[in-house]
Amino acid sequence: MNPHTRLGRFVIYALLVGLSLVFAMPFVWLVSTSLKPIDQTMSLPLTFIPRAYYAEIDGQQREVTLDFTVAQPGVVAEISAGPEAGHRVFLSDDQLARRSADVRVLHRVQPGWWHVTVRINSTRVVHPGEAADPGTAGPAPWDLVPRSSIDSHVRFRWRNYPEALATIGGDPGTPGSAAALNHVSFWVFLANSLTVCVLGVLGTVFSNSIVAYGFARLRWPGRDAFFAVTLATMMVPFPALMVPLYGIFKMLHMVGTLQPLWLPTFFGSAFNIFLMRQFFLTIPEELSEAARIDGCSEWRIFLRVILPLSKPVLVVAALFHFLFAWNDFLGPLLYLSRKQTFTLSLALQSYESQTGGVQWHYLMAASAVTILPVVVLFLFTQRFFVQGIATTGTKG
Amino acid sequence: MNKRERRRLRLGLAFTGLWIVGIGTFTAWPVIASLYYSFCDYSILKAPVWSGLENYRELIHDDLFWKSLRNTLFYAGLSVPLGTVVALSLALLLNCEVRGRSLFRLFFYLPSIVPMVASAMLWLWIFNGQFGLLNWALAPLLAPFGLHPPAWLVDPLWAKPALVIMSLWGVGNAMVIYLAGLQDVPRELYEAASIDGATGWRKFWHVTLPLLAPVIYFNLIMALISSLQIFTQAYIMSEAANGNGTVSDGNPARSTLFYTIYLFTVAFYDLRMGYASAMAYVLFLITVLLTWLATRAARSRLQHLN
Repeated sequence: MNPHTRLGRFVIYALLVGLSLVFAMPFVWLVSTSLKPIDQTMSLPLTFIPRAYYAEIDGQQREVTLDFTVAQPGVVAEISAGPEAGHRVFLSDDQLARRSADVRVLHRVQPGWWHVTVRINSTRVVHPGEAADPGTAGPAPWDLVPRSSIDSHVRFRWRNYPEALATIGGDPGTPGSAAALNHVSFWVFLANSLTVCVLGVLGTVFSNSIVAYGFARLRWPGRDAFFAVTLATMMVPFPALMVPLYGIFKMLHMVGTLQPLWLPTFFGSAFNIFLMRQFFLTIPEELSEAARIDGCSEWRIFLRVILPLSKPVLVVAALFHFLFAWNDFLGPLLYLSRKQTFTLSLALQSYESQTGGVQWHYLMAASAVTILPVVVLFLFTQRFFVQGIATTGTKG
Repeated sequence: MNKRERRRLRLGLAFTGLWIVGIGTFTAWPVIASLYYSFCDYSILKAPVWSGLENYRELIHDDLFWKSLRNTLFYAGLSVPLGTVVALSLALLLNCEVRGRSLFRLFFYLPSIVPMVASAMLWLWIFNGQFGLLNWALAPLLAPFGLHPPAWLVDPLWAKPALVIMSLWGVGNAMVIYLAGLQDVPRELYEAASIDGATGWRKFWHVTLPLLAPVIYFNLIMALISSLQIFTQAYIMSEAANGNGTVSDGNPARSTLFYTIYLFTVAFYDLRMGYASAMAYVLFLITVLLTWLATRAARSRLQHLN
């Protein structure tokens, strides 16, 4: 395809826009679901924009849920005798013909009309005919109405967010109850995640810059062989190390704490050593020579000459590690078992398995909260990211 | 070794000292210990007891081991080539001189930094057979042919392809690397090729691809290594398919029992650390073997292209 012809350019832009939409769709879906009431997450046809619906029931304009449409013509009728007296039913024309004696017809229904139920407790789905609120007896009022008589306007259910965060650590319950004692606040998970991220970033920047200096700016016997071994360790899959690593941290009495998740960063990592070494190599040797002639020690050269020039690569390593630690799941799953110690990723997974994965509006809200920090971080540091990734791939 | 060399060595070791401790404790020791444990009966609670080749012998007859290996290779075999094609295509599109490139790049890249747990949650919902976004989009496309979209994650046949689709959403990282590689290709080469009468496709085949080969090789190896370790998304999705809070065992019908999931289950639920170590070593060897094969293939391909 030739990008210099008109048609060529059109096709390229069309592809780019189309693919961008495909890549963005899951995010749109995430945000859309996170702002819906639960019944609208599970109703067909799918909608993207959360709405509030209103219909006239028993002469009153009430907020309702749209449940389903009827396929046959019929009537809404009230049972006038027997144990179910007073209950409202839908009868198709055939059914009506068979039992017209004990019912009082309220109004006719055409195919395609909606079954709507008054929304009372809007935090859960009220199935048609079911008691609307466990506290109050009797089913929620409902009716069958034509689509054209249903009013609606856009309404985002922002409350999903605080509600999801309040329940991510389990049922908060009433104060003093067993549930309340087991409940862990969202802020605890956030603090755990931040602890692992911040200490890990400090460790990464501290240890790898020193080690990379040793590989990039010093000449010593065995250096190149050691560096080759360092690179080779990148190929060892983490799952292959899990069992002995667990053993080591168990021996150190660190299993169940956050320490195994950040402590190793203070002892270097092959990837970051490689990343920083590549950068240090590009700094002119003359700068170091001049400092040496002035009588500077290698530590001073490292601290005063190399580090100040290396801010970009230090930022890249810090960002990469923050992202890794924030997103890590296998590590926390391996070492953490008490809920108080969970990181946000692990808490999100346990939230999903606790709730049985049906409260999609809450799950999406909690997921959005987990995603937001990395997206914001990325937007502010995009330049570093792109440079850093490019370095790892093309300068190897 | 003279005095000066010794001084240099001491200085070098001083700077790399932290890493010597690090590589020793967190890589070398685990690699050696794994090997030893793999010949032992070991349950972390008690000291390991030597059992010779017993673990490996058992592996050969373990159906779940083979199943998890097949599942993993199937996933890697689909996701690595497809991911490469998608990432490279996106990079080629972005490499055309287009306006708003950084915005498009943002759209393609952002999914790759989303925490895996959150994206697993999101895709679990997208793949929902009844109310999911994907089937909402697919149903009208398939309807004219009398077909219905599958139920994805609860269908043993479609659970792995679903994970492959999800992995394609996250190719942003590889794409950025390809884009950087493409921008390193000197413009003069394209101009020279044009003068020689080469058109778009031939230019791509004879100029772009050979120069990009090292980058493709790097990305392929990275994708291969990480796809062999697939864990988080499958763990979360199979636990969801399984129902409330039970051990993740690769449901539906063990179609997403991947190698690392089985290893994790054996090690930390069954506490059979020796057996898990034998599995770990096999994974290690498979990774090395596949990397070596890829390197060999890349080398002969490179020679062919040049």
